[in-house]
Amino acid sequence: MLLQTLVTGLAIGGIYALMAVGYSLVFSIMGFSNWAYGTIIMYGSYIGYYSLTKFGCPFWLALILSMFGGAALCVMNERIAYAPLRKRKAPSLFLMISAMGTAIFLENMVYVLIGAHYYSFPEVFQTQVFEVWGASIGILDLFAIVFSFTAIYALNYFINHTRLGIGIRAVSYDNTVAQINGVNLSWTIGLVFVLSGFLAGISGTFFGMKYMVYPTMGNITNKAFIAAVIGGLGSLPGAVIGGIILGVLESLVSVYVSSTYRDVFSFSFLIVLLIFLPLGLMGKNLEEKV
Amino acid sequence: MWFYIQGILVLAMINIIAVLGVTVFTGFTGLFSLGHAAFIAAGAYTAAILTHFYGVDFYLALALGGLVAGLLSLVIGIPTLRAKLRSDYFAIATLGFGEAFKMILENMDITQGARGLPGITTYANIWNVTIITVLVVAVTANFVFSKYGRMAVAAREDYMAAEMMGINLFHVQLRSLFFSAVLAGIAGGLFAHYLGFIQPSLFTGSQSSMLVIAVVTGGMGSISGPILAALLFATIPEALRLANMWRMVTYGAVLVAIMVLRPQGILGYKEITFKGIAGLFRRNKPKNIVDSKGALS
Repeated sequence: MLLQTLVTGLAIGGIYALMAVGYSLVFSIMGFSNWAYGTIIMYGSYIGYYSLTKFGCPFWLALILSMFGGAALCVMNERIAYAPLRKRKAPSLFLMISAMGTAIFLENMVYVLIGAHYYSFPEVFQTQVFEVWGASIGILDLFAIVFSFTAIYALNYFINHTRLGIGIRAVSYDNTVAQINGVNLSWTIGLVFVLSGFLAGISGTFFGMKYMVYPTMGNITNKAFIAAVIGGLGSLPGAVIGGIILGVLESLVSVYVSSTYRDVFSFSFLIVLLIFLPLGLMGKNLEEKV
Repeated sequence: MWFYIQGILVLAMINIIAVLGVTVFTGFTGLFSLGHAAFIAAGAYTAAILTHFYGVDFYLALALGGLVAGLLSLVIGIPTLRAKLRSDYFAIATLGFGEAFKMILENMDITQGARGLPGITTYANIWNVTIITVLVVAVTANFVFSKYGRMAVAAREDYMAAEMMGINLFHVQLRSLFFSAVLAGIAGGLFAHYLGFIQPSLFTGSQSSMLVIAVVTGGMGSISGPILAALLFATIPEALRLANMWRMVTYGAVLVAIMVLRPQGILGYKEITFKGIAGLFRRNKPKNIVDSKGALS
C-alpha cells in the first residue's frame, strides 16, 4: 500500500516537477512569475487530445505536436505580452498583470472555441497493471515517471553543457554583463520560452491522460507554481525537488489522512515552509546589501 | 430598467470598496496579495451568519464582519510579513491561504458547506451602500495621506532607505494589510446582504486577482484610478452582455494592451481632483498645473 502510494505520488510529482521547471526557467531569466503558463499547459493538453482523437496520430507524434504547439504559444506570448514591457524595464508587477491578462484571454478563448466540456484521453496505454511486492503499479504512472525524469535530465544537460545553455545561465545571473559578452538577450529569452513551452506540452499531455482535459485545468497548475516556490523560484533542481515533495505529500495525505483536506495540507505546508525558509529550499538570495 | 441599473451600481460600489482595500495594501506597500477573496468571504460569512442565525443588527454584523476579516489577515500577515517574504513568495503564500480558507468554508457546518447559505435578508440597498461607499472613500483617502500612508509609500519606494529613516516595515505593512482586510470584510458583508445568497465558490482566487488587476490597471499609488478601473470593470461587461462569450476574451486582451501601452495604469500615481478637472476646461492653461499631489492636468 505504501509503495503504491509512493509510486502514484512520484508519477504526479514528476509531472508537477516538469511544470515547476517550466515556471522556474522563466523566473530565473525574467524575474517574474509567468501566470499564463498554466493556460499554456492546458493548450498543450488540448493539442495532445485532438491530435490523438481527431487526427489519429500515434502517441509519439501527438506528444511532439503538443510540445511544439506549447513552444509556439509560449514564444508568441513572450513577444506580444512581455517583450515590450521587458524592453522598457518595467517592474515585475506589470509583467505579472500582463501574464494574468494573457491567462484570462487564453482560457476564455477555449470556452468560446471549444466549450466547457470535459474530455478524457483515449487509452493509449492499456490500463494494465503489474504487481511489485504486492503493490499494483499502472503502466501510465511508470511511463510518466520515466519520461518526466528523462526530459528533466535532458534539459539539465542542455543548460549545463551546451553553448546556448551556458548563455541562458549567464543571462540568469546578470543580463547586462551577459550581453556585453556577446549573448543575444532577445534570442536567449526566446529560447527559454521555447524550452518552457516544450515542458508545457509534455506535462499537459501527461496530466490530461492521468485526469481529464478541461478549460480550468490551468488552476490545477497553481500546484506546479507552489512546487516551484517550495523549491525556490529560479532554481531548477529546487523545482524538481519541490514537485516530487508536493506530489508524494499529496498522495500520502489523500490516502492516510483525508482526500478533502488534501489541498489544505499542501497549502499549509507551503506557508509553513515559507515562514521558516522565506526563499524556498534552494532559492537564490537576491536581497540587496548596503 | 431602473432596477437593473441599480443592481449594477450596487455591485460596482461593493467592488469599489473591495478594490480600495487592495489599493491600500498593494498600491501603497507594493506587496502583491492574491488572497483577498478570503477576507471578503470571511466578512460575508460572519455578517450573514450573525444576521441570519442570531438576529444581530445589520450594521453591527457588518462591522463585526470587517473585524473578523481584519483578525484573519493577522493570522496570515504576522508570520509571513515577519519572515519578510518577497513579492512572488508573498503572493503565493496569500494565494495558498485564500484557497485553503475556501476549502475550510466548504467543509464547515455553520457555513452549510459548498451548498452555500440561502435566504439571507437583503438589508443592503442602493442608499446605504452609497453612504458606506462614500464613507469608505473618505476614510481611505485620509488613511493614505496620513502619517501611516506616507510611511507605507516610503517603504514601497525603497524599503531599505525607509528602514534607515526609522520606519518599522513590519508594522507599516501589517497595518495596511489589516485596514485593507477590514474593507474587504465590509464589502463581503454588503455583498452577502445584497445578493441574499453566498457560497464558497463565489470567493475564488480569480476574484482576488481581479481586485489586484483593478488596482494595477487603475494606477498603483492612486485612489481615484482604481476606483475608475473598478467602475469600468463592473459596468463594461454589462454593456458587452450581447457578446457574452467574447466578453472575458476581450477583457484579457484589453488588460494586456493596457500593460503594454500604458504600464503605469490608467492614472498612474495621479489623482482626479477638482482642480485638475477645472484645468481641463481652462483656456489659458497656467504653466504649472500639477500641484504637489500631482493633480490630473
